Amino acid sequence: MTESPADGVTDASTDPESGASSSDPSPAGWGDGTAVLEIDGLQKQFGGITAVDGVSFDVEQGSITGLIGPNGAGKSTTFDLVTGFTRADAGSVRFDGRDVTGLRPHQIAQAGLVRTFQITREFPDMTVLENLMTAPPEQRGESLARSVLPGTRRGVIEQERELVDTVWETLDLFEIDHLAEEYARSLSGGQRKLLELARAFLTEPELLLLDEPMAGVNPTLEEKLLDRIHDLRAEGYTFLLVEHDMDLIMEHCDRVVVMHQGAVLAEGEPEEIRDNERVIEAYLGGNV
Amino acid sequence: MTDESDDVGEDGAGPREQDSRGPLSDMRTTVREYTDRITEWMGERSRWKADALVVLSALVLVYALITLLAYGQGLDMNGIVNTLVRLTFLMAAYGLLVLALNLHWGYAGLFNIGVAGFMSVAVFTLAFVSGGQGVGLGYPIWVGMIAGMVAAAALGLLAALPALRLRADYFAIVTLGIAEIVRFTVKSDWVDDHRVLGREVGLGAGSSIQVPSAQEYVLKLFTEDGTSRADPTFVGAQLFELGSWFGIDRPTVMSAGYALLLVVAVLLAYVLLSRIAYSPFGRVLKAIREDEGAAQALGKPTSRIKIYSFVLGCALMGLGGMLWQASRFTVAADAFMPIVTFYIFVALIVGGSGSNAGSIVGGIAFVGLLLQGPRMLPRVINEQWESVPEGTNTIYEAVTALGGADIMPLIGYSIANIDLLQRLFVGVVLILLMLYRPDGLLGHRKEVAAATDLSRPEGETDD
Amino acid sequence: MEASDVRRTLSRLRVEQVLGAIVAVLLLYLVVDLLRQLVTGTLSTSTLQQYLWRGIVVGLIYGLAGIGLSMTYSILRFANFSHGDLLTTGMFSGWSAAYVIAGFGAYNLGNLLLVRPNNDPTPGAVGMAIDSQPVAILGGIVVAALFTVAIALAADRLVYRRLRKQSSIALLIASVGVAFVLRYLIAFVFTRSNRAVPASAPETTLDIGIASTTVNLHEMTLVVSAIVLMVGVHLMLQHTKLGTSMRAMADNRDLAKITGIPTERVVLATWVIGAALAGIAGYLIVLNTGTITYTRGWTLLLPVFAGVILGGIGSVYGAILGGLIIGIVDEVAIIWLPNEMTMAAAFLLMIFILIFRPQGLLGGVETA
Repeated sequence: MTESPADGVTDASTDPESGASSSDPSPAGWGDGTAVLEIDGLQKQFGGITAVDGVSFDVEQGSITGLIGPNGAGKSTTFDLVTGFTRADAGSVRFDGRDVTGLRPHQIAQAGLVRTFQITREFPDMTVLENLMTAPPEQRGESLARSVLPGTRRGVIEQERELVDTVWETLDLFEIDHLAEEYARSLSGGQRKLLELARAFLTEPELLLLDEPMAGVNPTLEEKLLDRIHDLRAEGYTFLLVEHDMDLIMEHCDRVVVMHQGAVLAEGEPEEIRDNERVIEAYLGGNV
Repeated sequence: MTDESDDVGEDGAGPREQDSRGPLSDMRTTVREYTDRITEWMGERSRWKADALVVLSALVLVYALITLLAYGQGLDMNGIVNTLVRLTFLMAAYGLLVLALNLHWGYAGLFNIGVAGFMSVAVFTLAFVSGGQGVGLGYPIWVGMIAGMVAAAALGLLAALPALRLRADYFAIVTLGIAEIVRFTVKSDWVDDHRVLGREVGLGAGSSIQVPSAQEYVLKLFTEDGTSRADPTFVGAQLFELGSWFGIDRPTVMSAGYALLLVVAVLLAYVLLSRIAYSPFGRVLKAIREDEGAAQALGKPTSRIKIYSFVLGCALMGLGGMLWQASRFTVAADAFMPIVTFYIFVALIVGGSGSNAGSIVGGIAFVGLLLQGPRMLPRVINEQWESVPEGTNTIYEAVTALGGADIMPLIGYSIANIDLLQRLFVGVVLILLMLYRPDGLLGHRKEVAAATDLSRPEGETDD
Repeated sequence: MEASDVRRTLSRLRVEQVLGAIVAVLLLYLVVDLLRQLVTGTLSTSTLQQYLWRGIVVGLIYGLAGIGLSMTYSILRFANFSHGDLLTTGMFSGWSAAYVIAGFGAYNLGNLLLVRPNNDPTPGAVGMAIDSQPVAILGGIVVAALFTVAIALAADRLVYRRLRKQSSIALLIASVGVAFVLRYLIAFVFTRSNRAVPASAPETTLDIGIASTTVNLHEMTLVVSAIVLMVGVHLMLQHTKLGTSMRAMADNRDLAKITGIPTERVVLATWVIGAALAGIAGYLIVLNTGTITYTRGWTLLLPVFAGVILGGIGSVYGAILGGLIIGIVDEVAIIWLPNEMTMAAAFLLMIFILIFRPQGLLGGVETA
């Protein structure tokens, strides 16, 4: 059953200004009304279970949107559907005005829609440096020919050197520079989270879908990362987070979408959601 | 005189510090220039110097052992050298094939147990394209070899397109199935009699056929028509002269030439794969092996990349097959049974999957210690032992003789069946490796995949 | 209709249905051609029935051997490349016992134990057929099963147990090592020669189906034994507690994930049942085809794999069905293909299934 967001103010400007190019985000804060992500009627069944049942919501450009809901609400599945990791039974996803439904995961990531995973998926038998160096987009050296042929290889090496600079900046920012030469499999849980985040940042995304990014991260670093997220938001990046930490959501999100039993239960600003009776009941375990 | 103004030492020492040693420093400069150029060729980050050291050590050890065994067989200088030449040839052939398999499995994580099939396709395409005497198309050998590599690559593409998204062990079974289908096809009478492009295909229907070989090119460098009795060419004459000083006869010298060709091929392959390994492409390959989904989430087109590396590896396997098997001048379809693939796998595991140097070391170790070495034992024993043990016909008789405290029949029986024991030994080694050292000899080495040094750049301070 | 919906249906249509359509058309063509051949007399019904019969006989072997392979795959989570050599183990141990039972005292013990390495005594002299030496033949079956189980358990204790937690590829590679050891040990002991083992059995011509088929007693023995064993396995799986837990482990991936590594009891049962059936299958195939050699089991490995994959990994009934299909395809394909290529056709079928329907006909489980 599709619940229309009854409570709270949803920003009515789902203005299909599909011309909004992703390469030059305007420094305007959120609220300029462009929807960078438009999800409409997503459905997914696994066997007999409906995991996602007609989910529709928008994410506005330059916003930090929170996606919350009790366990099993379908949040991770929605991420999978949006990023192409699972094929939806019905519904559509538009990113930057472009229909990306049914595209393969790498195509969606290339378009600027990047996700992290709840259970980190670092490359275990590669060093932290290697993990990070993999992330940046448009690496000339990822072409077999260019890496091997004498003339073009020089260009590859140049680009690699630039990437090394960028990667070390990121390492410093996330305070994992001391782990640079460690194999990813020897990292602790929290360190892996940082690696996952750092790697996602390095893809130069336009919209980042973060699946419980702060789980296991210590408070000081969490603050720092949230500061960074806000900085990036000011530069025009957009974030959609799944989190269970309510304080975090309330404090940092511009907008919150609540899912329950595979559908959107409510949408709105954090204060409205907090006072929303149905949301409270859903969390307490009742059926809405 | 070198131009010392260009000469900057490793520690940043200026030209001034270097000018006092004269010719020695000239040599050092030249060497450094060459090694720098090689480093550039390999990929800036390549640890080729360390690799070369390891490979040379392995070579020296194996050569020493085999020389000892050959001496124990009672061979003269020529015989010993001949043995070493054959050994080198095999080690190089295996090295090339193991490098290709390492690209598939060690780097891309593609479990290909159909290697023999790709070798076979290339060899029999070569046979058809360059075959003479009424069968086949009769093109020059080098054309046939290119055709062979193309055929192997094409088969690889055909296999890869549908099957690369399968799980590793399903993919393995598909490759094995394909290799066996190739073998059946080559063996079949129907294909043998078939006509393509107006010529009989003639792949032998199970029996051996003549295959044109790149060996011809090498042999013709030595003598007029490539046989050892013919008049030598200028180059050939010099080399035969040199050889005769050491008591080495002509055929051995000529075999050495071909073995050298194979060694060159391996080195070229190593350079190629080193450049791949130390590059973003190699890095993405590793990422795909580690976690394909995560690589996709970073925007990497994993299917395409896997296909490229798979097809390249198959082409190399085709080349290896042609250089190796086709050197015998006659080949049968059954020279490409699955056991060949498994041997290459064992060599890779011995050396260490994921490491290019490991692939070469694995080839050396496998051929020397697991393949040729054991097979040399019977002749050593026969030569060294006064009373040559009579091999019994069956093990039953040998075992019953044990009852009479006579172990000779059993030893004799074992010697007569040494090749069976050798294969059993390979199986045991494989099991032990998987139990205790799955990384092999060099698999644990950190071969970081990047085209440049990843250390913190100069001039940056830590926050 | 959104562009996304169109794209979605188009891509689904593209792969599965087009290929399915091609296969359906191909099958239709073959069936039509078959009927044509029957009608025009190119192919007689009795020949066709003979092919079918032979296909069923061989298919039952593949099925019997496949049960163990399928179980190992789904419960122990790896493709056991030494399974073919378990068949060889059963072959040699069983026929060794059969010869010793039949010829003890009358012939050289060594030649009996080693199953005629020097081609002496002849099978006829010993009377190695089901009608003249029933005790020997049946005794051989028992020994084949027991010995193969012993070998499989030894391999598990020495090798596979220590790799239980490793990836399925590591186990696969280790099993290749085990295969080498088994095969070349057998070759070392029993020699490499290829020799005839059973004597010929009496034949009868039965009028079943649409034509008469020549059936020989050894084939009957094989069929009866195989069916009895399969029924036994079926009863065990359905009506015993052990069987239920085995089925649960094999069928239910989530259950397997939750319960983790299977209990040692289930592991034991897997090896015992799987190896026993494999050993018996090896023994029976020699009874049927007549010759024995150390590579026999290994050459059977791929067809058995094909059957297991076709039927669906994790499903014992799938293994039986798949084995039968492969056997029949291998025989019947002679109508259209040259003899050497029929097995290639069966392999192609297997590759096809792996690519487009990896769960096979009856399966639904994937390991790891």
